[in-house]
Amino acid sequence: MSNTHKDYAGAKLGMWLFLFTEVLLFGGMFVLYAAYLHEYRADFHVGGKQLDVFIGTLNTVVLLFSSFAIAAAITFIQQGKKKLAVNFTYLTIACAGIFVINKTIEWRAKFHHGIWPDSPHLRELSHGENIFFGLYFLMTGLHAVHVIIGAILLSVMVWFMKKDVINQQDFVKLENAGLYWHIVDLIWIFLFPLFYLVL
Amino acid sequence: MSENHEHKHHILSIKTAGIILGLLLILTAITVAVSRIDLGFMNVAAALALATTKALLVILFFMHMKYENRFMQAIVFLCFLLLAIFIGMTFFDLAYRGG
Repeated sequence: MSNTHKDYAGAKLGMWLFLFTEVLLFGGMFVLYAAYLHEYRADFHVGGKQLDVFIGTLNTVVLLFSSFAIAAAITFIQQGKKKLAVNFTYLTIACAGIFVINKTIEWRAKFHHGIWPDSPHLRELSHGENIFFGLYFLMTGLHAVHVIIGAILLSVMVWFMKKDVINQQDFVKLENAGLYWHIVDLIWIFLFPLFYLVL
Repeated sequence: MSENHEHKHHILSIKTAGIILGLLLILTAITVAVSRIDLGFMNVAAALALATTKALLVILFFMHMKYENRFMQAIVFLCFLLLAIFIGMTFFDLAYRGG
């Protein structure tokens, strides 16, 4: 039909290379976390106990389900079931929305208790606890930014599917957006036990 | 080039995706349960082992890595290996520092 050259393998490889930079970006912060956990074990325990395990678990379930939903959307577009593919992408975006709302509720509760980066209350606490909350805001904050970017990206994919830019023959854009979304989920898989369940 | 490959893509079945989701949810439940028991340093080890298992399931199935070609599998493995070395070496250093 068209003479445009489409390099499927190249598109996938390019996306993975970008994802490696994301992995290393968060990886650097995980190293920081690991080093401080080692130094301030007791303080991290006290800090972790103040986080809401229920909201943390709920958000984990929401993100795992969203990962399933976008994987299903890709299966559906490959099978030519466009309507289902669009709906499952919407479902993923809805999960992103729920995640961000939960995160907002959680952060607001922390602000309410006088805990925000460099707050007077936090400066009175022990050094380790201060660092714990610093890392908490930095890492979950950067992760939340990724969730929002992912939701925007997936919204564009819905538009592409409706415009038939993405279809049964050419779906690498949706696959790559899906890969980004899965990386967001992967990072949370590690953030959740490290912050909410730390002992 | 690309025309020849068009029908060679592996399609993840909804059933498989559902089973993976189920496993991920079970592993999450185990992660939360294990964290409620005080095992000392083993808590961190158990949490990381469970998280890594979950990550593997996501990478292999949801991210289709099980069905990718060897080259892609190799570079993804290399990336995570580098991260593991980065984190591992930092820990070896920290764990054996005096004082």
